Amino acid sequence: MSGSVDRAAMDVEGRGLKGRTRGVNARRTGWRRWVLRSLAVLTLAALLAATSACGQDEGTAASRDLRVFAAASLTEAFTELGDAFMAEHPDVKVTFVFGASSDLARQIEEGAQADVLATADKETMAGVADAVDPQVFVRNRLTIVVAPGDPLAIHALEDLAKPDVKVVLAAPEVPAGRYAERILDGQGVVVEPVSYEATVKSVVTKVSLGEADAGIAYVTDVAAAGGEVDEVPIPIAENVIAAYPIATLAGSQAGAEAQAFVDFVLSDAGQKIMKTYGFLPRPTAR
Amino acid sequence: MAAAGLAPVDLAAPDHAARRPAAGRAAGRRAALPASGRRARHRAPAGLVPLAALAVAFLALPLVAVAVRTPWGALAEELAAPGVLAALRLSLVCSLGALALSFFLGLPLAWVLARVPFRGRRIVRALVILPMVLPPVVGGVALLLAYGRQGIVGHLLEQALGITLPFTTAGVIVAEAFVGMPFFVVTVEAGLRAMDGRYEEAAASLGAGRWTTFRRVTLPLLAPSLGAGAALCWARALGEFGATITFAGNLPGSTQTMPLAVYLALQTDTTTAVALSAVMLAISLTVLVVLRDRWFRLP
Repeated sequence: MSGSVDRAAMDVEGRGLKGRTRGVNARRTGWRRWVLRSLAVLTLAALLAATSACGQDEGTAASRDLRVFAAASLTEAFTELGDAFMAEHPDVKVTFVFGASSDLARQIEEGAQADVLATADKETMAGVADAVDPQVFVRNRLTIVVAPGDPLAIHALEDLAKPDVKVVLAAPEVPAGRYAERILDGQGVVVEPVSYEATVKSVVTKVSLGEADAGIAYVTDVAAAGGEVDEVPIPIAENVIAAYPIATLAGSQAGAEAQAFVDFVLSDAGQKIMKTYGFLPRPTAR
Repeated sequence: MAAAGLAPVDLAAPDHAARRPAAGRAAGRRAALPASGRRARHRAPAGLVPLAALAVAFLALPLVAVAVRTPWGALAEELAAPGVLAALRLSLVCSLGALALSFFLGLPLAWVLARVPFRGRRIVRALVILPMVLPPVVGGVALLLAYGRQGIVGHLLEQALGITLPFTTAGVIVAEAFVGMPFFVVTVEAGLRAMDGRYEEAAASLGAGRWTTFRRVTLPLLAPSLGAGAALCWARALGEFGATITFAGNLPGSTQTMPLAVYLALQTDTTTAVALSAVMLAISLTVLVVLRDRWFRLP
């Protein structure tokens, strides 16, 4: 960058300008030295922090790390569930990674260190070779998300096909997008969305920000958004049931803790927490 | 390794060196290379060369890995898939649009920052640079809050002119210009500051108006900086992901640029994602080769 500048100056002036540019450079050099030193110190600190964190990862008996990869729609429910689990197992520290199920599955396939995986559909889980004995732990339904008070009077799926309604859907690459596609196809409704969002959470965000008029997301997402969006229920006959499987991962170095977490999710206490966030109980429960 | 790496760069541009005898330092390096060791300062301190090699490997290996994993046999097939060409076209159109916008607005801004002393200039400059260090997703959220349908400016745009930016190709250009323009402004401002003002004074004293001076003297002298700034701005816009997906959304054909297509393809089909990545890589490499060391040579 500054090279081109210097050369430009020299092209114009030959050597005449050199003294002047050197003065500027000297001032800049002092500043640069300061920046470089700060950067060096910061980098060193970051490296030290990273290595000491790795040291902790090795896991003393006092505190073991458990890394749970979970579908974006589980964010709020699993955060509370994780706290409850840690209260019961003070020696385990649970860290969540939330994201589109398909994204998480890919990360695990590419070697991300994870102990437990919970996805929003069985197809995604089936693609993870390391998943040990997946079990459905909750179910979910989908719903139409609209702005508070439903200003555009959207009452049913057909209304999403109106040309003046801006609809966002989750991308067909992620589970929520596949479910939405299945629901719309089932009713023969042709929607032309303005965007295919990368996670179901950003569908809700686009509606709550007022950028989109409507979207299709999980019932639980509307509950989690507080009053920022309203819901137009999709009748059960037109809806699909989203089954969420959970599994420990074969590559886990905390197998016992991972199994304990899965057991906790399937336990009465875990199921009760999931229910408060609007999830339906797993099919085998009672 | 270092010498072998340097030599082709210099040999590739004999025309520059010949045209610019004043580029003394570059010429000095050329002369020193064959007789390395003649001057002590050209000998690398022990340990520096292996580290440099490590750096090259660190930066180049991921790119090599893309090339290795690219399904060359099925590449044409992958690229013919629906949406890929649209994403490619959109990427080029939007990044060039962002560059045009940056040029149109950024050049005057760079000139004002470099030449007009005013109170709060440092603050303005900091604000201009901020998008460079801001995480792009945060930039996207900020864009939504400003130019979105409910945004402080966006709702006026919609009411008065019926313009909505989110979920449109124009929105992609806005997002890319937001992250790319600072690179242009900073580079051009530096060029203006380093420029010798006496040429402009001479032009003015010979009767050239301010506009004529700017057009006929300032701009030609500024050409290298404009080129470097444009290249950086365009490259940043081409790779832009976070602000785009947040502000403009993701719709094949109208807002899904190549980086977005790569990201979503990665969720289901790694092969396609790798193929798309290879295309992006090829484009970037081509641009670098075309620009060669014209704008990126170090002093």
